[in-house]
Amino acid sequence: MASTLSDGELVARCRSGDQQAWADLVERFSRYVYAISVQAFRLSEADAEDVFQEVFARAYEHLDGLRDDAAVRPWLGQLTRRLCIDRLRSAARERPAGEEELERAGSDETMTMLEEALTVHEALAETPEHCREILDRFFARDESYRTIGDALELPAGTIASRISRCLARLRELLEGRTETGRPSSSR
Amino acid sequence: MTALDEERLARLIRALPPAPEAWVRAAQALPLARVELDQIVARAEADAEFRARLVADLEAALAADGYEPTPALVHILRVRFKSK
Repeated sequence: MASTLSDGELVARCRSGDQQAWADLVERFSRYVYAISVQAFRLSEADAEDVFQEVFARAYEHLDGLRDDAAVRPWLGQLTRRLCIDRLRSAARERPAGEEELERAGSDETMTMLEEALTVHEALAETPEHCREILDRFFARDESYRTIGDALELPAGTIASRISRCLARLRELLEGRTETGRPSSSR
Repeated sequence: MTALDEERLARLIRALPPAPEAWVRAAQALPLARVELDQIVARAEADAEFRARLVADLEAALAADGYEPTPALVHILRVRFKSK
């Protein structure tokens, strides 16, 4: 079950030594950190794993220095971005073509899209479990109707309509957040 | 966030696939690695030969001395040694 604490509350609990809060924080931002390294910067799996572990190791070490607990999301985004650039820079020194990759990597457009995606995933975490599960399985995990049907014990014929209903519900939720001016980084 | 149609929503959900489970578990285990970490750092400060072995080949030195070189432990030690 995903934590319902705001980012700031989660960071405050991590700082007080709450191990479950740390596990929840890693869970909350793991996809974002992973996506920045493999989609925005197109790192290899091996480099992406190093960056992933280093981001969380540094975050764990430096959580005390974070000035605003609620700003953990952009902080992690920037940290990941910087470590990806370091990684590409050291590769660029070894092979000339790497410089071009570095210039193309990590465009603002992709970073903005990933931030929006994180906001959508945060909203998804607030939907009922059956919606969360089916949308995540179908879109993010790329599972087939058959696999989903087997896992959730649903007839394949009902999956498409459930996905459609759940997407509509998610859209309502996000539109509601926008109307109330709710910040995307606090739950 | 820009206007949302369902196709765009689907693309945004798709944009964040799960990170490999083992990576997530390793990062979640950082607090557990902490006790071991403090022991290793204290020993490295007191024992120059151990510290030299750690700097030369971190994973091999940990394994040789009976510590499991989990990704979490290795990464946090690298960060520690870099910042000294």
